[in-house]
Amino acid sequence: MALQSLDIKARSATTTPSPDARANGAIPVAKLIDISKCIGCKACQVACMQWNDLRDEVGNNVGVYDNPMDLTDQSWTVMRFSEVEVQQGKLEWLIRKDGCMHCADPGCLKACPAPGAIVQYSNGIVDFHEEHCIGCGYCLTGCPFNIPRISKKDSKAYKCTLCSDRVAVGMEPACVKTCPTGAIVFGSKVDMIHHAEGRIVDLKERGYSNASLYDPQGVGGTHVMYVLQHADQPELYANLPKDPTISPLVGLWTGIAKPLMSLGIGLAVFAGFFHFVTAGPKEVEEEEEETD
Amino acid sequence: MSTFIQRYTRRERINHWVVAIAFVLAALSGLALFHPAFFFLVHLFGGGPWTRILHPFIGVVMFLFFIVMAALFWRFNHITAADRQWMKRIGDVMRNRDQGLPELGKYNAGQKYLFWILVVSVPVLLISGIVIWQPWFAPYFPVWLLRVAVVIHALAAWIMILGIVVHVYALFWVRGTMRAMTRGTVSDAWAKHHHRAWYREMTGK
Repeated sequence: MALQSLDIKARSATTTPSPDARANGAIPVAKLIDISKCIGCKACQVACMQWNDLRDEVGNNVGVYDNPMDLTDQSWTVMRFSEVEVQQGKLEWLIRKDGCMHCADPGCLKACPAPGAIVQYSNGIVDFHEEHCIGCGYCLTGCPFNIPRISKKDSKAYKCTLCSDRVAVGMEPACVKTCPTGAIVFGSKVDMIHHAEGRIVDLKERGYSNASLYDPQGVGGTHVMYVLQHADQPELYANLPKDPTISPLVGLWTGIAKPLMSLGIGLAVFAGFFHFVTAGPKEVEEEEEETD
Repeated sequence: MSTFIQRYTRRERINHWVVAIAFVLAALSGLALFHPAFFFLVHLFGGGPWTRILHPFIGVVMFLFFIVMAALFWRFNHITAADRQWMKRIGDVMRNRDQGLPELGKYNAGQKYLFWILVVSVPVLLISGIVIWQPWFAPYFPVWLLRVAVVIHALAAWIMILGIVVHVYALFWVRGTMRAMTRGTVSDAWAKHHHRAWYREMTGK
């Protein structure tokens, strides 16, 4: 939904500037998820449901802790549980809170054909305006993290809003507010990077020599970041992509090929017109048939 | 004075025009979702969601009728030596210098190439379209396949649109052609001039 207190930096399927006249825009924000502090309590999932009025179907226990098993139009964040042995004999339980990463270069926004259905606020939050969504599912193809979900109820795309409605009035996202261990923190992106650095020093002291911040540059950085104990192997964390980028099938295609192809169709029509006004119609004279 | 010969039966004409109308609707609704410059076209279909809902059904109608039409016209569209010669003189054809062109059957090489372009692109559009058809089929396919299908769908549609632009222009350019599909007949002179071999076959002259 449009939030008057947030300037818009980019809109889907729009070739003119977005309304961002205000002098300084906003400070880029970020949510930092410290996986080393997460205990998998799912309070963030509950808070997300509560604040956003979401109620997913009650599923069945399939023998793992993941519940629900995947993101849906009703579950904008889910805890993904991975049991790994990075060192032989040392079991680690990596619990990653999955959800929209709020890319600085959002593939969903690039792929979307509906003007204004996806917006990026100047604070970095990428938000879906469902009233403009046409339900085509192109955002799915743009997303390198497999996040948006089309609702079976209304055929609109849904995902984490980073609680843009809360952030717009100076509150932190619901998941951040509820997290009992402080594994999720929210603030300006600069502050969050600084906070992460402290955590990484701590983790390294405790033997996690590969601890680092996950802020993938392939998508211009993200406004949801992770502190990973094993940042050299992000795949350990329920297949978190190592170097996510927008598929060239979406990026190059919508960015370059489509305008050129549109031009091509226009040129074909003009070529026909100018052929006609130069060569003229191909007429068959009646007398011609007498020649044979 | 002039006499006419039958070029298309009533059934062929109805079939052709169902495909043509479905194509125009599918192209307009498809372009609307192709580039923001064309998004205004969604208003012809009742808005964005309606455009998304209707487009695939229009496409299926086009496919079904096209298959029948392709079957009817198939045997007239094999490329022959005369077609290759005709293509070599395409420059003269374009400049309306038609003297001494080879005698052609029911279709010229341009028409035949269009036919084969459509024979390939229409099924490609159907298959790729089913893969990305929300909300019915797309959820059953992996994301990488959706990405590929979106590109293939648009590429096939683009080639088809360009082909049809030429097709429609040729109809406007070559006088006396339109009535073949509107009334089913063409004049003797038209048939003799453009499709002499077909004329001979039809009239025995």
